[in-house]
Amino acid sequence: MPWRLLRFALSDKHPEPRMFTRHDALKPAYDVVIIGGGGHGLAAAYYLARDHGITNVCVLEKGYLGGGNTGRNTTIIRSNYLTPEGVKFYDESVRLWQDLSTDFDLNLFYSNRGHFTLAHTDAALRTSRWRAEVNKHFGIESEVVGPEVVKQAAPMIDLSCGGHAPILGALYHAPGAVARHDAVAWGYGRGADLRGVEIHQRTEVLGIDVAGGKVTGVRTNRGNISTGKVLCAVAGSTPRVLDMVGIRSPIYIHPLQAMVSEPVKPWLDPILVSGSLHVYISQSARGELVMGASLDPYEVQSTRSTFDFPEGLSSHMLDMFPFLSNVKVMRQWAGMADMTPDFAPIMGRTPVEGFYLDGGWGTWGFKATPVCGKTMSYTVAHDRNHDLITGFTLDRFRNFELTGEKGAASVGH
Amino acid sequence: MKIMTCPVNGPRAISEFAYGGEIRPMPDPATCSDDAWADYVFNRNGSPGVKREWWCHTPSNTWFVAERDTARDVIVRTYLYAGDN
Repeated sequence: MPWRLLRFALSDKHPEPRMFTRHDALKPAYDVVIIGGGGHGLAAAYYLARDHGITNVCVLEKGYLGGGNTGRNTTIIRSNYLTPEGVKFYDESVRLWQDLSTDFDLNLFYSNRGHFTLAHTDAALRTSRWRAEVNKHFGIESEVVGPEVVKQAAPMIDLSCGGHAPILGALYHAPGAVARHDAVAWGYGRGADLRGVEIHQRTEVLGIDVAGGKVTGVRTNRGNISTGKVLCAVAGSTPRVLDMVGIRSPIYIHPLQAMVSEPVKPWLDPILVSGSLHVYISQSARGELVMGASLDPYEVQSTRSTFDFPEGLSSHMLDMFPFLSNVKVMRQWAGMADMTPDFAPIMGRTPVEGFYLDGGWGTWGFKATPVCGKTMSYTVAHDRNHDLITGFTLDRFRNFELTGEKGAASVGH
Repeated sequence: MKIMTCPVNGPRAISEFAYGGEIRPMPDPATCSDDAWADYVFNRNGSPGVKREWWCHTPSNTWFVAERDTARDVIVRTYLYAGDN
């Protein structure tokens, strides 16, 4: 038994410092209020404090840290998108990811696996070639490979997929990776906390005060705060927060479900995605198969799960990997995805002065956590949209200038 | 399996139905402003609540109206469309 454990057992006080400072009350005023204590909100707080010297900041979280979509995604990190705006943005994110463990002094279990987007049809193969060319143009490792390369990387796969959806090729993206999602929120949270940012959990925002087109304060279940700047980073609840400031948006909410199997011996190194079969799969460090599918087919603002989901997903999994027929599903869950018409996020300044939006993160938000924190903290600090997010602003809809990222959504939603 | 009631065919599994989005009045594209048109084309009411939605029973191609609580995923009632009045 380690000596520390004995010492903890005999002491009234916990001698080890907590990961986060506990704050009993909200202050009456902050320079910046961030709504949402997930990866995006905490990353923005971290970079505001570290890179811009703004530390009089509070992060308000209705539940617990990283309990929203940060803790509900399937942890895939990649940058092989379709539009130049998307590719540049996600590539910067992948670069940031690679140094994050050192930055935090916390092991994120960042694991570089390689990522295959399987093509079962000529149309999918065409999109793969298009994406590969866009990616290569921006210096990102991305290429179209034949079925034999897929077989080599995942020898257990049935290349004919049960005979009805044979794999014709794949888009291969070597930097594709997975990471431990909770640790990302904790790492950013601790980094922000050490630099003076206040994190308030179980604090629900009830309203936002706007006077003369400017943000003046935030009302919460623990008291009112006056502030001139509010950043909204609340996946799945964005429309509710936008209603508080009277902004209309194209965001609509569908649940996205996922599940994991019981742990099994390591047999799958790469991350595999199949648009036609609506499956994405990777094996975690613990041996669980982490699996996701497409969005639920209709709008729901809750994190309920359905039985249809594991039933349908398992059937497609067995098309690809028939030998899994005896492996059990251990748990399933859902997150609320902020969907947008062009499958790109909505970020930056808004018509309400001092109100900044980091939303519309649909099913693609986890991989963007670091770069969202970087660009949104810049945007909030300078009241000017960062260069990397100018293609993602809310007014692109009013101007009929959509960004068109749909072809790169990992699964045909 | 969730059950939805088609006004013509009765209770059926939800997998037989297709979701068509919230019922929204369309402005006249010939006379409305670009902003009003963009608002109609793109913007949605994304907050939870009881909404009137288009649904289709796909085997019989019956379009109808469902009132549904989107926060709890509960179907309140379904009926055939009889104009907006």
